[in-house]
Amino acid sequence: MQTHIKMHTKNLDFFYGDFQALDQVSIDFIENRVTALIGPSGCGKSTYLRCLNRMNDLIAGIRVKGLAMLDNDDIYDPSIDVVTLRRQVGMVFQKPNPFPKSVFENIAYGLKVNGMKDKAKITRIVEKSLKQAAIWDEVKDRLNESALGLSGGQQQRLCIARALAVAPEVLLMDEPASALDPIATQKIEELITELSSKLTIIIVTHNMQQAARISDRTAFFYMGKLIEVNDTDTLFTKPELKQTEDYITGRFG
Amino acid sequence: MKRQVIDKGVHSGFLLIALFSITALFLIVVFLFIEGIPILDHVSIKEFVFGKYWYPTDDPADFGILSLILGSICVTLLSGIMAIPLGVMTAVYLAEIASPKVAEIVKPIVELMASMPSVVIGFFGMVVVAPFIQQVFDIPVGLNMFNASLMLAFMAVPTICSISEDAIFSVPVALKEASFALGATHFETIVRVIIPASLSGICTAVILGLSRAIGETMVVLMAAGGAAMIPGSIFDPVRPLPASIAAEMAEAPFGGEHYHALFAIGIVLFVFTFMFNLLADYVSYKFRQVGEASL
Repeated sequence: MQTHIKMHTKNLDFFYGDFQALDQVSIDFIENRVTALIGPSGCGKSTYLRCLNRMNDLIAGIRVKGLAMLDNDDIYDPSIDVVTLRRQVGMVFQKPNPFPKSVFENIAYGLKVNGMKDKAKITRIVEKSLKQAAIWDEVKDRLNESALGLSGGQQQRLCIARALAVAPEVLLMDEPASALDPIATQKIEELITELSSKLTIIIVTHNMQQAARISDRTAFFYMGKLIEVNDTDTLFTKPELKQTEDYITGRFG
Repeated sequence: MKRQVIDKGVHSGFLLIALFSITALFLIVVFLFIEGIPILDHVSIKEFVFGKYWYPTDDPADFGILSLILGSICVTLLSGIMAIPLGVMTAVYLAEIASPKVAEIVKPIVELMASMPSVVIGFFGMVVVAPFIQQVFDIPVGLNMFNASLMLAFMAVPTICSISEDAIFSVPVALKEASFALGATHFETIVRVIIPASLSGICTAVILGLSRAIGETMVVLMAAGGAAMIPGSIFDPVRPLPASIAAEMAEAPFGGEHYHALFAIGIVLFVFTFMFNLLADYVSYKFRQVGEASL
């Protein structure tokens, strides 16, 4: 199988002030595959995810060491434009966070801040993105109503549509279904599977069944270290390390 | 049993105290109307509000307060033009751009400025700003609408800044992150997400700041020049409503026409500030759109 490494990190260290949150993390992310990051709370998986689009830059007093690459670009190189990086590497957050604007404006926002002025084109992309996120049928009659009037699950799919609108190459998802009910969760999972044919997806999840269902590869984090990364099937059936086995069978964590 | 009695006593005690302060304020309003309304025996409401001439001590006297009303409105508007951009932009700077250390120092200073006694600001306008304006713009008097507006803007900026800052600061981080994650710059995030989301608070701040300016007496008494005429330029002296009351109350014979006219001015001023506060309530309700996503 021909595979291309879309993103990878090598010996990535991350510090909040004096506290080291990540220790020598190296992972390869294969293009158009879903990679799940699992591990107990506070193990650094969300911090790691936020290193990949430099969302952590917003926090004062952080420090990054090591290498993080998107294709052939070092994303922490001073010559890299963070704004461009974040357009290439989109993000969906744990809690749905639509803007207090209309459904349409929510999706159009990313296009407008990236300089698109052509109204017809924006309208076309808004529709396409909403369809991609499987929410078009539910909102097509209320594009001009506030996005805050949607249900939690709809809001989260709207946020996914919003991220898709700027055509990212990689999509980071930070426990995107943890605040949703089972039906909404199922919809999000179906969506992820569908999107993965054209998009590299990296998803943090607490839910191991979810990781097993939707991901091609899984990385297990513990205490800021990457313990094991492998094909999801292998990792869940024949983990190499005892620690991984203990975690996925629920003996700790 | 005994505890319930104490509880009841506490209830009535607080009710009494609350009633006392509300009643006292209400009685002042009643008094204002009782003393102000008799002026209508001498002039009609229309003549009073839209009359161009204010010569209360002439015989026969003229009680037209249009020039005073316009004086108040113009001074307030002009101070708003100066204070709103300054106050809001300072707030944006403090909440979004300044490093936490700088904000920690500057914020208390701004709030301290809000507690500056108005007489000090008026005095400053009179002895420092007036000669300066006179020289720079080459005009005969420095005590005018521009001077008073500038001083009022000084007073309104801290209020506008401090309340706006709170509103901007309380915009959920999640919204900021959402904007950054879509490839927006910090500036785009401020203009397109943060300010719209805090608009309700910013509007309230502006209205509260300006309602302070419209009711302010000492500054306009000292720095506005005091001429009861309809201003033709921003360098004309004006006599806003509060200044007229403060300047003339002492010389108006008790119970006379002039005395009643001054109370009627008080009513007009009361209506103005009351409307400002209603507007603040309405605006903060209308633009309320902050709020994280609901689940």
